[in-house]
Amino acid sequence: MPTFWLIIILLALSVAGFLLGRHRALATADGDIRALHSLPSYYGVNVAMWAGVPSLALLASWLLLQPMLIETRVVKSIPESMFAETGSLNLLMSDVRRLAEGLDLAEERGLLSNDQINALDLESSNLRVELGTIGVALGSEILPEVLSAAQSYRGFSKTGHLAMVVACLGLAGAGFVYALLQTQKDLRARNLVERGAMALLVLAASLAILTTVGIVLSMLFETVNFFGLHAWSDFFFGTTWAPNFRGDSELSILPLLWGTLYISAIALLVAVPVGLFAAIYLSEYASPAVRTLAKPLLEILAGIPTIVYGLFALLTVGPMLLRFFGQGENGLLGLDWMSGATSVLTAGFVMGIMLIPFVSSLSDDIINAVPQTMRDGSLGLGATKSETIRQVVLPAALPGIVGAILLAASRAIGETMIVVMGAGAIAKFSGNPFESMTTITTRIVSQLTGDTDFASPETLVAFALGLSLFVLTLGLNVLALIIVRKYREQYD
Amino acid sequence: MTDLGFSQAQPVQNSLLTETARTRKRNAAERRFRAFGIAAIMVGLLMLILLVTTIVSKGTGAFQQTFITVNVELLESKLDKKGNRNIEEIKKVTTFGYAPLLKTAMKDLVADLSIETSLKSKHLAALLSKSAVAELRAYVIANPDQIGKTVEFRFLAQSRVDGYLKGRVTRESVVNDKNISAEQLDLVDALVAVGTIEKTFNLDFILGSDASDQRPEAAGIGVSMAGSLFMMMVVLALALPIGVAASIYLEEFAPRNWLTDIIEVNIANLAAVPSIVFGILGLAVFINYMHLPMSAPLVGGLVLTLMTLPTIIISTRAALKAVPPSIRDAALGVGASKMQAVFHHVLPLAAPGILTGTIIGLAQALGETAPLLLIGMVGFIASNAPETIAEGLLSPNSAMPAQIYEWAKRADPAFYERAWGGIIILLVFLVTMNTIAVILRRRFERRW
Repeated sequence: MPTFWLIIILLALSVAGFLLGRHRALATADGDIRALHSLPSYYGVNVAMWAGVPSLALLASWLLLQPMLIETRVVKSIPESMFAETGSLNLLMSDVRRLAEGLDLAEERGLLSNDQINALDLESSNLRVELGTIGVALGSEILPEVLSAAQSYRGFSKTGHLAMVVACLGLAGAGFVYALLQTQKDLRARNLVERGAMALLVLAASLAILTTVGIVLSMLFETVNFFGLHAWSDFFFGTTWAPNFRGDSELSILPLLWGTLYISAIALLVAVPVGLFAAIYLSEYASPAVRTLAKPLLEILAGIPTIVYGLFALLTVGPMLLRFFGQGENGLLGLDWMSGATSVLTAGFVMGIMLIPFVSSLSDDIINAVPQTMRDGSLGLGATKSETIRQVVLPAALPGIVGAILLAASRAIGETMIVVMGAGAIAKFSGNPFESMTTITTRIVSQLTGDTDFASPETLVAFALGLSLFVLTLGLNVLALIIVRKYREQYD
Repeated sequence: MTDLGFSQAQPVQNSLLTETARTRKRNAAERRFRAFGIAAIMVGLLMLILLVTTIVSKGTGAFQQTFITVNVELLESKLDKKGNRNIEEIKKVTTFGYAPLLKTAMKDLVADLSIETSLKSKHLAALLSKSAVAELRAYVIANPDQIGKTVEFRFLAQSRVDGYLKGRVTRESVVNDKNISAEQLDLVDALVAVGTIEKTFNLDFILGSDASDQRPEAAGIGVSMAGSLFMMMVVLALALPIGVAASIYLEEFAPRNWLTDIIEVNIANLAAVPSIVFGILGLAVFINYMHLPMSAPLVGGLVLTLMTLPTIIISTRAALKAVPPSIRDAALGVGASKMQAVFHHVLPLAAPGILTGTIIGLAQALGETAPLLLIGMVGFIASNAPETIAEGLLSPNSAMPAQIYEWAKRADPAFYERAWGGIIILLVFLVTMNTIAVILRRRFERRW
């Protein structure tokens, strides 16, 4: 039975439970709603909950855990000498999975029956060609061990699936019967339903933690795998980024980190002065009319998708900078500093535009939070408005503004599309802003797009880069939050 | 005793009414400071204007396309040699079999208009898009009864001709171009003069599918729009209930303890995690571990759900917080349970705020590209729109921003126009969504 139908059956069972439970509660009270402890629909929901929730939860966790369990079982059946031959376990297992999926498809299309598949051996048939006819392309020749592993993989999957259907239906049925038998007029149905609803609310709230755990674990596992294949000292302290497929790649984060920080620095150099002055003007000088017009207009810049900025960098700003600073004699300034449209300056400048509203909105809030009494005191002593702002308001707001800038910096470091399209692909240490350079996010994208092989360090390095990026931005965010929180307490 | 005497007070030399040098300096500094502020706002707004004008000026071209009207004689001798209109046999004629028809048609066209040209029929047919043969074949297979007749077709012109009419291709730029020659452009000028070649609105750009990089003129954004739509369905179906449930718990029920603190800090941090990290999570968990299909809108939707959740949670909590405690107290006072007070009274009152936050979260998700690159929603050419919901969720597709990225990567500048045009469509969606959010807020916002 396909999983889709199983879900439909479980849902139908819940609906039936609702109707029956409601009906039974009313029946035990002889149709007199006043004799019931709770409103009738609570009895219905109670039965529906018992029937639907545990079984659906079981289904979800089963679907999550089954692949893992099956894989460990199958791995045991593969002789260890095989790992050495094909390079690694991951590669082998992906072959096994692909073959198993191909065989499934073959059965579905009626090419082979289940018994035929289990009796398959490589001498009597040309499996690769046969699977090719139904559109399953297998890379290399099929090894006999892979075939037997795929056969047992399919066997485990089938039993697992059957067990899952039986267990889910059994659980749903048991819950259904139990709740229905319990239903009578004195059952405290509302309390039960509310307890169930509370459990669901808690579950939803903990999904946030689950996501973080998922992010960290998924990257951590692959990063550990990566450090098994590649020296960690080279990753952290090497000086070259040169992936290749000969097996002697140099994968160091430092040149990428340099590019990332350089571009972010230029972006902040654009965004901080503009954003800060805009915030000061809007909160201290502007009339309400100007403020209500200019603030949302500036914030549009933050709502524009990054792909738009990426395209703007690649097709407009890059060529424009090239016309100013490149092309030698043909250029506008006769300079020859730039050789292509992609450069640190291109990406940094465009990213700076994107960050203006981040800095200005956050700083605006913070400047507004400075108590008016402080301004009044300063103005009363005869300071001009700008002196008040520079010597009283800004120092008071400084921690908050630093927090805002840190948040903008973390945004800049994690930004992907602008640098993918505007910064170029060359990893190097260089101080020249007209050269193209690459960043951590760009490399993650290029290492993980296209055909990825989760057994090679060239792919796995992306996870190590991702984890570094995560840690870096998380650190900046936490620091910014602490600073902002401390600052808030000061004036509360 | 010495009489110190009174140092005679200096006569007042400056009053508030006359500016001293120092006041002048201070006032100048004041004006300067103010000017910096105005300049900063101007820079910001200027960038916005620059961005919008660039998008509009470069993108509107994509909505127009150059078409060539040609009469093609559907020769029976080429298409249906036996003359029995057997559809299976007609289908056996490949697009190569149709190419000569187009060459003849173009030659006749030029001859009929008595335009002098030394071009061979091969070069005449090259003015048409490479998709013209496929279009012709599809027409014949759909209408086999038309074989033997002469039918008027409106074919796409190839991208260089289109570019010439839009000013992207000039006579200087075609000198080294092997796809078109100056002579062909002369012919194009002549055909434009008689109205055979004309530039009209192109609905296929909005509704059509992407085309291979040989045929920029035929590429459209429609299929990837469907991909985006399916992703948004997943995001809405998952992020809204989960986000609202989580916010209700945190705002209304959660005890103040370390666990709740951790959840809160977590949500604040998740909102600031770079989007590409969510892409890595999606690749590792949904594709590599759970073996969901690569490039499927379902996976994209799941990833974007995780990304949008913090946004929705934060805005929902703000909306719940805005409902005054008196509402809860009144409900509790007439005997409602806490759960009933929240679900029957607080939640409906907070609904407009929640909806606004959700729409803004969806708009954010709609424009997000980076995670989609990692789960393979780029570079895939879906030839037709999905027909069922299951197919839409599971079969490989692209998404609007990913499609734009794909076009921007291609070598032919004709695709850049398409990328800008795609951005116009994407921004129309975003502006509409944000406008709805603003209207909702204006219409239903309550001051308590």
